[in-house]
Amino acid sequence: MNPRLARWLVNGALLGCAAVAVLPLLWMLSASLMPAGSASALPPPLLPAQPTLDNYRALFARAGMGRYLLNSLAISGAIAALALVCNLMAGYAFAKLRFAGRERLFRALIGALLIPAQVAMLPLFLLLKYAGMVNSYAGVIVPGMATLFGIYLVREFARNVPDELLEAARIDGAGEWRIFVQIMLPLLKPVMVTLTVFTFLAAWNDFMWPLIVLTGQEHYTLPLALASLVREHSEDTELMMAGSVVTVLPVLVLFLALQRHYLQGLLLGSVKG
Amino acid sequence: MSRATTAWLFLTPALLVLGVFFFVPVLGALGLSLTDYDLYALADIRNLRFVGLHNYGELLQRPLFWTALGNTFYFVVVGVPLSIGASLGTALLLNSPLARMKAFHRTVLFAPVVTTVVAVAVIWRYLFNTRYGLVNHALAVLGLNPVDWLGDPHWAMPTIIAFAVWKNFGYNMIILLAGLQAIAPELYEAARIDGASRWRQFRHITLPLLKPTMVLVTVLTVAGYFQLFAEPYVMTEGGPLQSTMSVLYLMYDDGFKWWNFGVASAVAFALFGIILAVTVLLLRLARRGAAA
Repeated sequence: MNPRLARWLVNGALLGCAAVAVLPLLWMLSASLMPAGSASALPPPLLPAQPTLDNYRALFARAGMGRYLLNSLAISGAIAALALVCNLMAGYAFAKLRFAGRERLFRALIGALLIPAQVAMLPLFLLLKYAGMVNSYAGVIVPGMATLFGIYLVREFARNVPDELLEAARIDGAGEWRIFVQIMLPLLKPVMVTLTVFTFLAAWNDFMWPLIVLTGQEHYTLPLALASLVREHSEDTELMMAGSVVTVLPVLVLFLALQRHYLQGLLLGSVKG
Repeated sequence: MSRATTAWLFLTPALLVLGVFFFVPVLGALGLSLTDYDLYALADIRNLRFVGLHNYGELLQRPLFWTALGNTFYFVVVGVPLSIGASLGTALLLNSPLARMKAFHRTVLFAPVVTTVVAVAVIWRYLFNTRYGLVNHALAVLGLNPVDWLGDPHWAMPTIIAFAVWKNFGYNMIILLAGLQAIAPELYEAARIDGASRWRQFRHITLPLLKPTMVLVTVLTVAGYFQLFAEPYVMTEGGPLQSTMSVLYLMYDDGFKWWNFGVASAVAFALFGIILAVTVLLLRLARRGAAA
């Protein structure tokens, strides 16, 4: 094939695919800036004739979006922080601390990745109901405080730390907790960033469990609020698009800022798995 | 303090969380599926009865379960190949030495993966709106008749599949791209010297060496696609005419709309069994393919 034609074809195809990937998101942004009702016209407009922030004002003033945004931030933040602690400790133990049955226990945990999370949801709801945690932030946060994937990720990373480093500290008389905090944690910084981004994004985007356990609007996260809005106000295209922007923008920005860490975690978590 | 005690202390928080909030509930679901736990039992646990495999037997005779199962298989069987095809296609493009601005394209192509399902499903609802949607407008420009994408039982599932492919292909694209980059360039060099065409290089070098990655990606994607829920919940509410009712949607309705926890647990376990069986089958097929 003619090399110039080949180059043109490859780059043209790439641009086409990139356009398909990003155009729905750009349209969302554009429609969110249109005056109410103007997106439902023929032919459908691509850009707002007179851009306005009215939809965002309506969302925060009338639909209580500020509350849902804070709920999402609080819940995802808490899950990311708590899961980081639990997964770091467990992943470190599986990688660096010897005990009988270590490999067998780890393999059993990895095997459990096959069980869909939804299988646990019905009894989990009953459990939390008897514990009085249904319709509370804790009901969403507590079950997410440790993840099989996170433990696996930390273990993979921690295994590369040379044993001699830890042994030397032990000979110097350092306690196990000090070794973990002062020697291990600084070395695990990259995986800490990766894990935090991963967990935060997953918690932010999670839908089914919060839908089940958060029964009252005052606790709704953004996805729940949006799903309930679309059932009540489905004709308000522009308002719904503003709601989608508020929901999607924080995670997109976070991803763009920490892209390298996120993709590293994705590869570490699946290629060897 | 012994080394082993230390290890267990480090493991305790994570194992406690996983045990209490995952493993015990999974066993509980198996137990629940053998009972008639419903609204009455929820009010007073003394109303609970053990019914053995009754719930599973009922399931097999319930038309809605078969509808949901059929829809879910439709979604998996059509959605997974399209999804992985899109991932492989874009990964090959990104890996091409001719491609420009690779980092930019990779980021843009991956962007849908990190977005919130609910939020982007809402966007698609409007893009595929029968009267004002841009998709039907584009059809009209081409001189084609408008389609009632989410309102026609024949089109609702294909629309959801298109959405899922758009939302998810970037994930496997990254994994496949890493697989492609791990193939030694010398192999292509040698093939080129031997006069092998691009297609034959792809067929005899790329595909065989990419196979372990493809198997992994397929197994993960199949398991993920069986768990269809948020897309129909937001885009179609399981309709029209239950054409997008998935197994998980059925579990959600049985459990959290009608409070039939026994029946819903049987649905959940049936889904788990199916995912497990399909995973084992796929791995077997892959191994036999490797031996042949």
